[in-house]
Amino acid sequence: MSTALAPRKAPAAAHAPLPRRRRHGPWLLLGVAALLASAVVATGIGPAGVSSAEILGSAWHHLSGAIPGVDQVANPLSPARDAIVWQGRAPRVLTAALVGAGLALCGVVMQGLTRNPLADPYLLGVSSGSSLGAVAVLLLGLGLWLPVAAFLGALAALAATLALAGFGGRLTPARTILAGIAVAQACSALVSFTIFASTRGDSYREILGWLLGSLARAGWSSVLIAGTALVAIGVGLAASGRSLDAFAFGDTSAASLGVPVTRLRWTLLTLSALLTGAMVAVSGAIGFVGLVVPHIVRLAVTRLHRWLLPLSAVAGAIFLMWADTAARTVFAPMEVPVGVFTAGIGAPVFAWLLLRARGTGGGS
Amino acid sequence: MTVPLGGSGPVLSARDLGYSVGGDTVLLAGVDVSVRAGEVTGVLGPNGAGKSTLLRLLVGALRPQRGMVQLAGVDASSLTRRQRAQRVAFVAQDSPAEVSMDVLDVVLLGRTPHLGAFGSDSETDVALALQCLRRTGADHLARRDIATLSGGERQRVHLARALAQEPEVLILDEPTNHLDVAAQLHVLDLIASVASGGTGVLVAMHDLDQAARTCDQVLVLNGGDPAAAGVPDEVLTRELITAVWGVDAEWVPSRQGRTLVLSPLRPTMV
Repeated sequence: MSTALAPRKAPAAAHAPLPRRRRHGPWLLLGVAALLASAVVATGIGPAGVSSAEILGSAWHHLSGAIPGVDQVANPLSPARDAIVWQGRAPRVLTAALVGAGLALCGVVMQGLTRNPLADPYLLGVSSGSSLGAVAVLLLGLGLWLPVAAFLGALAALAATLALAGFGGRLTPARTILAGIAVAQACSALVSFTIFASTRGDSYREILGWLLGSLARAGWSSVLIAGTALVAIGVGLAASGRSLDAFAFGDTSAASLGVPVTRLRWTLLTLSALLTGAMVAVSGAIGFVGLVVPHIVRLAVTRLHRWLLPLSAVAGAIFLMWADTAARTVFAPMEVPVGVFTAGIGAPVFAWLLLRARGTGGGS
Repeated sequence: MTVPLGGSGPVLSARDLGYSVGGDTVLLAGVDVSVRAGEVTGVLGPNGAGKSTLLRLLVGALRPQRGMVQLAGVDASSLTRRQRAQRVAFVAQDSPAEVSMDVLDVVLLGRTPHLGAFGSDSETDVALALQCLRRTGADHLARRDIATLSGGERQRVHLARALAQEPEVLILDEPTNHLDVAAQLHVLDLIASVASGGTGVLVAMHDLDQAARTCDQVLVLNGGDPAAAGVPDEVLTRELITAVWGVDAEWVPSRQGRTLVLSPLRPTMV
């Protein structure tokens, strides 16, 4: 412990070997490569099998037709199979990837903000409010308005949560979460009552599918909605990595590092609720992605939010893509809501994480 | 340990600082304090005296309801949070023990106010972080997970993180809390060496004897009010200690010069 102070900007002393920092970039590249490969392979899987080469060839056929000055190559797929791939599967696979990425991002942000490893994107009543909106329009026979109603429901629930948390006191994370639970329970009760009072036959099945989360309705419009939300909001969330790292050691420490604590907390909570609302609007409330994926990435690669955010987004995309592929093929021709699969995979993984954390004595 | 800086004003000063919660609970009422480059200023007082509130106001985690904080003569509220964080660093009293992060990454958090949102740490930042770890005698821990360190080691890492901010003022809230005696003395040594490097240091403390030995100036708070301020030898009198802490105090000669011995007041006084 030398008391003499060396010049501040001096290079690292030569006598001490410079500890190498962990490199996270390769993991991200690997993840993106796996994501792209998964997308092609998953699109090929289904009752009408299509090879990856055919999908890539067909993609180039469509792309080359759109690029001026490039001669359009022949399509290796027949018109019928081309429609299966490009009207049915591709938008669904892409929607799964976008929703998975969005939910995982929201999970990381919620867990970091609340310093609660069990926080998930649905914490603030967002999913229940969204379900209520969706069930309401389904029962009124206004199915086309479903994404809008689900999104509005999510916003209304968020507003109710914030109003309840702020009523007669200061808005603190703990109060906000408790208010979120209250709003979620109230919305769930309303959903249950509505279904109980007025549903029969097909609409019951449709609503159940929605409540468990399903990508069966996904088309190019879902890709557009989920993609726009992910790009517009996800980039903002991903930029918060350094501040979330600074949050880890408490509000005062974060403030002393120049983080605008209160403003950042509310901005991020609102942005994640908006992103969750958009995702629930296209897919219903798919559970466990936002909860489990960040934990797996923390365990496997890093706890630094700067890297945890993009890596979790990629991992969430891959995870939901494959879960949905399983949902539409394992019990074919019957389709299982993808939420059943994410919970079926997520719950055991989560239990394993818990046991492992106890074994090493470290928290999550 | 005092480095005389001819004619320069305090690097951090506050006048008439006041803060209350819930309208009528006054946490701090009209406190003046100044921190000079190269000096250690101690903030003393019983539990609930307002030490932590004062520190949070000076760091900028709380906005003063009364009075003003100045950094080198400039109103701190006119600075952005980043600008303020480039000049004032803070080490909290109890940093959470369960946070899992590489020590080097914790120290690099100190570079946050010097980088943008997507800014990544350059080789210069890493070299600086390692140098700060060396200054606090914790460079051998650089690759460890902070969750696996002892309380004393963790405190050195947080001190290094604060130094990586390259602050003009370092503020510490009871940095020797929960540490064993050897670790306490190490941390106090480090604080003195940081000050001798030209940084202004403000530290909230409980141990009056340690404060008397470490600090160039002390400010005593009692129930949110300033009770006394000045050089420790003149401020920490038997009368003041009895009045503020309600204990009997006696300075006795010792190998270090003299040592403060505290004992409870006689039961008849209670």
